[in-house]
Amino acid sequence: MKKYDKLVTNALGRVVPTEVNGTPMEPFKGVGKHRPTGRKFAPSIPTSIDYPEDGNKVIGSLAEALEKCGLKDGMTISTHHHLRDGDLISNEVFHEAHKQGVKDLVWLPSASFPCNAELLPYLEDGTINRIEGSMNGPLGKFCSEGKMKGTAVLRSHGGRVQAIQDGEVKIDIAVLVAPTADAFGNAKGTDGPSACGVLGYGVVDHLFAEKVIVVTDNLVDFPCYPMELYGNYVDYVVVVDKIGIPEKIVSGTTRITKSPDRLYIAELTAKMMLATGMLHDGCLMQAGAGGTSLAIGWYAHQILKEKGWKCRLGFGGSTGYMVNMMEEGVMEYILDAQAFDLDAIASIEKNPNHIQYPVFNAYNFHSKGNLTSMMDIMILGATEVDVNFNGNVVTHSDGLLLHGIGGWQNCLHAKNVILPVPLFRDRMPVIKDEVTTITGPGSMVDVVVTERGIAVNPKRTDLIEKIKEAGLPLKTIEELKEEAEAICGVPEKPELDDEIVAVIKWVDGTIIDAVRKVKS
Amino acid sequence: MGTIANVGNKGKGIRSDCFVSLELTTGGGLEIDLKSKVQVLYGKSILKQVKEILEFFEIENAKVQIEDTGALPFVIAARMEAVIKKVKETDKEYLFPVLEQNKYATEKDRRRFSRLYLPGNTPMLFVNAGIHCPDGIILDLEDAVAPDKKHEARFIVRNALRNCDFYGAERMVRINQVPKGLEDLRYIIPHNVNLLLVPKCEGADQIDMVNAEIEKVKKENSIDASIWLMPIIESTLGVEKAFEIAGAKNVVAMAVGLEDYTADLGTRRSEEGQESFFARSRVVNACKAHGIQAIDSVYSDVSNMDGLRENVLRSKALGFDGMGCIHPRQIGVINENFGPDAAEIEKARKIVIAFDEATEKGLGVVALGSKMIDPPVVKRAQRTIKMALDMGLLANTWKEDYYEEIR
Repeated sequence: MKKYDKLVTNALGRVVPTEVNGTPMEPFKGVGKHRPTGRKFAPSIPTSIDYPEDGNKVIGSLAEALEKCGLKDGMTISTHHHLRDGDLISNEVFHEAHKQGVKDLVWLPSASFPCNAELLPYLEDGTINRIEGSMNGPLGKFCSEGKMKGTAVLRSHGGRVQAIQDGEVKIDIAVLVAPTADAFGNAKGTDGPSACGVLGYGVVDHLFAEKVIVVTDNLVDFPCYPMELYGNYVDYVVVVDKIGIPEKIVSGTTRITKSPDRLYIAELTAKMMLATGMLHDGCLMQAGAGGTSLAIGWYAHQILKEKGWKCRLGFGGSTGYMVNMMEEGVMEYILDAQAFDLDAIASIEKNPNHIQYPVFNAYNFHSKGNLTSMMDIMILGATEVDVNFNGNVVTHSDGLLLHGIGGWQNCLHAKNVILPVPLFRDRMPVIKDEVTTITGPGSMVDVVVTERGIAVNPKRTDLIEKIKEAGLPLKTIEELKEEAEAICGVPEKPELDDEIVAVIKWVDGTIIDAVRKVKS
Repeated sequence: MGTIANVGNKGKGIRSDCFVSLELTTGGGLEIDLKSKVQVLYGKSILKQVKEILEFFEIENAKVQIEDTGALPFVIAARMEAVIKKVKETDKEYLFPVLEQNKYATEKDRRRFSRLYLPGNTPMLFVNAGIHCPDGIILDLEDAVAPDKKHEARFIVRNALRNCDFYGAERMVRINQVPKGLEDLRYIIPHNVNLLLVPKCEGADQIDMVNAEIEKVKKENSIDASIWLMPIIESTLGVEKAFEIAGAKNVVAMAVGLEDYTADLGTRRSEEGQESFFARSRVVNACKAHGIQAIDSVYSDVSNMDGLRENVLRSKALGFDGMGCIHPRQIGVINENFGPDAAEIEKARKIVIAFDEATEKGLGVVALGSKMIDPPVVKRAQRTIKMALDMGLLANTWKEDYYEEIR
């Protein structure tokens, strides 16, 4: 049903469709080679006289709000993912659509979570045509098996912002959950029973959607301040009993890995960062909230402390560990796109140097400059890396689509991109001849750190020299691949169908790769 | 001997292992049911390997069920052989070639600061153990293996000795207590082991029995390599016999095991270890009297690195040369603190330079300032320098640096 006959080979040699879900698409041309032109997309002009003079936009229910927004077949509904696996509203939107007999909706989440597996019946019965956004767990599996009606479009966090801004995607209705809001629609993430800290992923939605619904379980008197979403862009406010399950929104605390092997990789990464000068007084760094990333942060913290250095700023994905760095004076600022634990949320409120910084500002391809290209150190993960340093974060080695892109592609623009990965997971080699799906081009990956050695992109001769001088275990990426295969054996390739079930967009809107249906 | 058997591990938390059920049948050929976490990547090669092993053991009719969580080939082979040998008498052994990088022998007095214990039937811990750079890796067949798992653990340990990269660590196996442990030896001795730990040792006669069995197996398999012994003293009687045990043939180090010892003493192990002061000192003294290394008991609180550090420093001060580890994170702390400290290195540097200068001048006597330096002191200083160089505590240019400093 989704046989694409118009295929083209892109700049990385991947065969991709020229049209997806009826929309023409460009193949990846190379990093920095594509420039969308024209004017930014804009929703219809609203007029303030159509809105209540007393500013009270509260409406009886989500059902009523959707109806007033004109919910109908084929619409694109967007949501943000700040409530993560504890989100009770994103599913509710589609329960309601199903009740109203609406079909062929496009869901544009900034990320989906295991809790959204509840939507599988709606993908089956055609209420939802497809997901455009990150897909995790059961939804990814459903899509990989070719069961989704439309073709999924996977975009990075920044890619989502790009597509919404240049009109590739038009949001009909944005349903934005808000831990705290006022009746006018101003909203913030720091307060309320479902506090999530930041609402940055919803910023682009509320600016560009035709209709905007804010859903909260903590209505406060006007003004809800400091607001991250502005009521001026909001059509309706819905008050419900509960928007989320707090313990599934943030972890009480994020934890450093306890695995000795992962700690080893983290320690080696920190040594490499020091030896190459990436870690220095005044550096800008970003690391995720995964166990290994946190451990690298911890080692970096110790080094900064010992040297009397300060990191100018950390961009995140904020955690208690990062907050601790700021409070101990080794990090001056935190720019925060999403808060991962309770310490991080508390810090946003109390520390003026902990700044909410939406991806709209950080990862935006259509912005006049990009925060990520200023970062000195960027720590990222990958499910696979190939001998050309191409990375895959969306599919497993068996071809199943099991992760979203997140901000991964956007972060590749940093000065030094480091992938600390194990050489193999159980018997699954991470470093291979060719990745199953290219999510990011190898030209942007600088260093791969494994427990069995460090491989540096040959173009980074500067790093190679310094790593050698420091006596750290330097290997070529081919040597690492061979080592993985000597231990695990040479893996077979997954058998895939010709049918394309998903496309992977690059940050500029071009297609970097396509995901084929797995053979069951 | 029945016709149905199971081996291996499965369930929560199990990775890189497999559980195998085998039923010998009288007809119908081979029926292999494989459920693998890595089915897509290695399904075909696992089936091929399993068939090859069944053919090797001349099994034509059987039902085999495999639940695989990403076991490496040497693990799958060990599980298959163990399950086959539960239902079929055979002398054949399905052996992997010894990895080229594992073909090294060890010196009698090599550094043995840290030796990492790995439970012998838990192969998921084996493959990365060497990257943490312990001086020795102990595959444990004794306390860490449940009685009904002893059979299968022997195959895992044997295959690991041949096919798992030890990254330069001394390959050690803790056998079961003598005399039962003697049965372990034919699974270990022909397969590239460097050192055996002999647990709960209470007399030199036990070491003699082990040596006699080793000799027998070595002869049968035409092996010349030295196989060293490290008895573990874990009882009050053992402590009394420490001197004779330390002097037994092939013993290069002797360890003390305090969990069992304190139980035997009728007390509990404390953080400071006053209760074991006598035993530890006795063991150290016996070792030094025979010129072998004294190895301290493990420190069991794996999350307390400060406690471990203090423990190592106390241990080093008592005269111990190394310590066991039960977690890879302990290795660094142990190596670093048993290693020479800055003052020791500085002193050794001066002594070795003085010795070299004296030798150059043809002087028979080495003096440092007004002090005469005895040959054993020079030897120890040379060892300290070598250790410091190996551990990266001293630059290779240390001599040039020294003259640069005093210029």
